[in-house]
Amino acid sequence: MSDLEAAVAAGVLGADEAHRALLQATVEVARAIFGAKAASVFLLDEEADELVFEAVSGEGEGELIGMRFPADTGIAGWVLTTRQPLIVDDLSADTRWSRSQAESTGYVPKSMMSVPLLVDERALGVLSVLDRPTESKLRLAEVDLLGLFANQAAIALDLLQRARRARAALAGEGRLAPLARVAARLEEDERDTALELLTALDRLLAATS
Amino acid sequence: MSDAAIELHEHEEEEDLPAWSLPAEAVDRIRVPVTLPDQVTREWAWGGSTGAGVRVCILDSGIELDHPLVGHVDHSVAVLRDEEGELQVVEDGEGDLCGHGTACAGVVRSLAPDVELTSVRVLGAGYKGGGETMLHGLGWAIEQGFPVVNMSLSTTRTKYVERLHELADRAYFKRVLLVASAHNMPVESFPWRFASVISVGSHEETDGLTFYYNPTPPVEFFGRGLDLDVAWLGGGTLRCTGNSFATPHIAGICALILGKHPDLTPFQLKSVLYQTASNAKGAP
Repeated sequence: MSDLEAAVAAGVLGADEAHRALLQATVEVARAIFGAKAASVFLLDEEADELVFEAVSGEGEGELIGMRFPADTGIAGWVLTTRQPLIVDDLSADTRWSRSQAESTGYVPKSMMSVPLLVDERALGVLSVLDRPTESKLRLAEVDLLGLFANQAAIALDLLQRARRARAALAGEGRLAPLARVAARLEEDERDTALELLTALDRLLAATS
Repeated sequence: MSDAAIELHEHEEEEDLPAWSLPAEAVDRIRVPVTLPDQVTREWAWGGSTGAGVRVCILDSGIELDHPLVGHVDHSVAVLRDEEGELQVVEDGEGDLCGHGTACAGVVRSLAPDVELTSVRVLGAGYKGGGETMLHGLGWAIEQGFPVVNMSLSTTRTKYVERLHELADRAYFKRVLLVASAHNMPVESFPWRFASVISVGSHEETDGLTFYYNPTPPVEFFGRGLDLDVAWLGGGTLRCTGNSFATPHIAGICALILGKHPDLTPFQLKSVLYQTASNAKGAP
């Protein structure tokens, strides 16, 4: 998708905040369905090669957003790498993992269900559900349900990323920033004239290409 | 039919046969090394086998050395990029970077205690370039002729599908059995969707030798994948669930069968698996 198309899509579909709310709602429902202590979504930051807490419900809510850790470590890192779901029921047994997790978040879950967030061929991040009730025996149907949920979270995450890209393109040094600045300066009636000019330019380019 | 009635022939040297026709005088040269009995039972298939003599390749994140549930690892290599950026298979002393390969190796070992394990590390060095690394590692494993390759991983990238398909077919004809995890999510991924591999999903039972044949693929077999204690980093175990762990159960059973019948082709082996599945008549 081009920056301009993304910008238009973002304009039509709503602001960054609305997408974040959608993602937050997704983790809250995931947590409620599984009766878990917490649920979270990590976004993959490809440039930094890190996973970032993007939405958290339950334990750590409000403190963990924005926290980062290397993308190839831990359970979430493994899920992202293999693109396969993984359910672990005694995380405390993995001392290396628990220690690093405790140091970074102050919360060591006992169990964790993690699934990759996949859109088309891309892995955008990881959805995790932490500490299901210990008395409930895990069934494979729950794993399937989590997979379906991951689909929904992946779509929300994809929208959020598109909106951010669009905003970046329109702001500061972004490729479409001059266009946005010109549009902002113009009075309402001048915008119609500017749009006519752009439409004429588009026709001219189409005719010459 | 008793075991004695089973014809076993030494592997003959490969001769160039026309691939597209069979002259009358050539019929003797394509005698089938193993013929299956009228009733294939688990006793016939792997009774008394420990997997001895069978080389099993774990294509994964590496295997932790000296893990008590894994034991001896015969050979460890890693697929890495050299200074020119070319992928190379090099000797590996890193062990396992995330625990997953160790878990798979431990499952195989639990069923087939005497197999020879080789680790090919294609994961754990970051998520980037994973597809190319996996393909390179798989190509190497096929060239090495491992009778069983465990692949508890897959790729969603369609650009790799054609090459992966070619590799899976090459493996099938070279008697390299690819045992691959199915995705338990509504996504397209490979190679488990190919008919030339053994694809594995999970069932909910607790016996490692319980497995099912699925007459309505793409997933052809279900192995134990729910709530099992698997080997993990630091010599310990973790209680895990996932198709990743069902896959080495089937790989282990394949190793047991090949330990007793090393000349089975992948085609025959898949038939034996079907006939000894828990929902088929060859199971106890």
